[in-house]
Amino acid sequence: MLSLHKISKIYPSHADGSPIVALDNVSFEINKKEFVSIVGKSGAGKTTLFKLILAEEEPTKGEIFFEDQDIQEIKKSQLSILRRRIGTVFQDYKLLPSKTTYENLAYVMEVMGATDDEISRDVPQVLELVGLRDRAYNFPEELSGGERQRATIARALIHRPEVILADEPTGNLDPYHSLNVIQLLIKIYELGTTVILATHDKELINRLGKRVITLDNGKVIRDEERGRFIL
Amino acid sequence: MFTSLKRIIRAGWTGFYRNPGLTVATVFIMATVIFFITTLFLFNLVSGILISNIQEKVDMSVYFKEDILSEDILAVKSELKGIPEVKDVEYVSKEQALEKFIEQHKNEPVLMESLTEVGKNPFLASLNIRAWQASQYEQVTNFLADSSFNNLIEKVDYYQRKPIIDKVFLITSGVNKAGIFSGIVLGMIAILIAFNTIRIAIYNSSEEISTMRLVGASNWFIRGPFLIQGIIAGFFATLFTLLITFALCYGFDSKISVIAPQISTFALFISNFWILVLIQLTAGIGLGVISSLIAVRKYLKV
Repeated sequence: MLSLHKISKIYPSHADGSPIVALDNVSFEINKKEFVSIVGKSGAGKTTLFKLILAEEEPTKGEIFFEDQDIQEIKKSQLSILRRRIGTVFQDYKLLPSKTTYENLAYVMEVMGATDDEISRDVPQVLELVGLRDRAYNFPEELSGGERQRATIARALIHRPEVILADEPTGNLDPYHSLNVIQLLIKIYELGTTVILATHDKELINRLGKRVITLDNGKVIRDEERGRFIL
Repeated sequence: MFTSLKRIIRAGWTGFYRNPGLTVATVFIMATVIFFITTLFLFNLVSGILISNIQEKVDMSVYFKEDILSEDILAVKSELKGIPEVKDVEYVSKEQALEKFIEQHKNEPVLMESLTEVGKNPFLASLNIRAWQASQYEQVTNFLADSSFNNLIEKVDYYQRKPIIDKVFLITSGVNKAGIFSGIVLGMIAILIAFNTIRIAIYNSSEEISTMRLVGASNWFIRGPFLIQGIIAGFFATLFTLLITFALCYGFDSKISVIAPQISTFALFISNFWILVLIQLTAGIGLGVISSLIAVRKYLKV
């Protein structure tokens, strides 16, 4: 479904001129309906990896294929079609500040071309699922960190994408909500969605017992089925 | 397609009313620009009226020799009417010229006395010629000089009046040129200011725009609401300006009539109402749409 071929990403440094290597010769393949965790310290390159998959940024070297399509070959105006197939939980939430929680979810469905009936049916359900029913008509700035995180999770899955990219989805949650979110991701995975989870939550990974790709300093140092969090 | 359009319009409208501070500022700046363009337009109309009024006052007279019959003069008159530069020709007989003189100077005994002393009507019959434009008097004079009835003519007062006519010509064309030039320069400045205001307003949404791209919204789905906001802002700005223009034209009507009795700003407003609406709407909505398009484009690159 998704394959990375010798991906490198090097950012030029403005301060002292020595470039920052975010990803170094990374290659792996993710199959359809797979649950993959990507672990590593902060700064290991997890977020960069997601940015490249979403074509938000271009790799310095290498290619990324989504199914058979090289995503760098996709025209800017056609990228929206690729992105609609992916649901992303952004580490920095990226909720639309001028829209309420309800509208944030509805927006994604509008983008997909869902009907008004589908929107008014699905949005309350998903809000209920992440426990944000009471916050439907609040703006993102009126939500707590954990609530925002759950809102962005809800937005990532509302349109039933083929792939979910979850970047630290439990970073701001208490253990109770963390567990909820992970159970939710597992449920979605069981229903046939590919889930790529980036996290540095050791306990969580060890309990999952699924494939783990470990990144360190931009390199893949381990890629194991039924992996554990070892750094 | 229809659903998308409906959603875009709704999103544009919510964006418009949810951000009252920014919206008011944008509408106000746009209204200033539209008002400015309106003022230029009205100024152009008023100066046009004033110029044509001044030109009306400029004329030339052709005086005929003592013994020329009025039939001959009338024949010259009809010939003059045939040339395209001539707007109007008026025949003033010897008797009318005398009456006019008496009428004008009846309170000046010295002049009246000298008139009785002369003993007969000292005035000559004349044709009073008006051209369409101040610059055309020269051609009319040349026509008279070359014509067959040149020998009937005692004198043409064009040469005495030439400096005045030339001056009027110079002033009117100068006013026109200055009006067009300053209009273009000031209009550009005004448009740039409005454009920048809208750009700053949209800059606030730059992150939102890139997020919309990342969740898979197409460019038109992102751009649309901003266009709608631009259109709504332009519409309100137009409405606001129209009200102000109305109030000013109505309020200053009597005051301007004191200075220039031939001008009624209120009548001008009424008679040009639809043109004004059209100019203001085009300016307002055009500004809104074009600035939004250019400003959003920058953030759609993700």
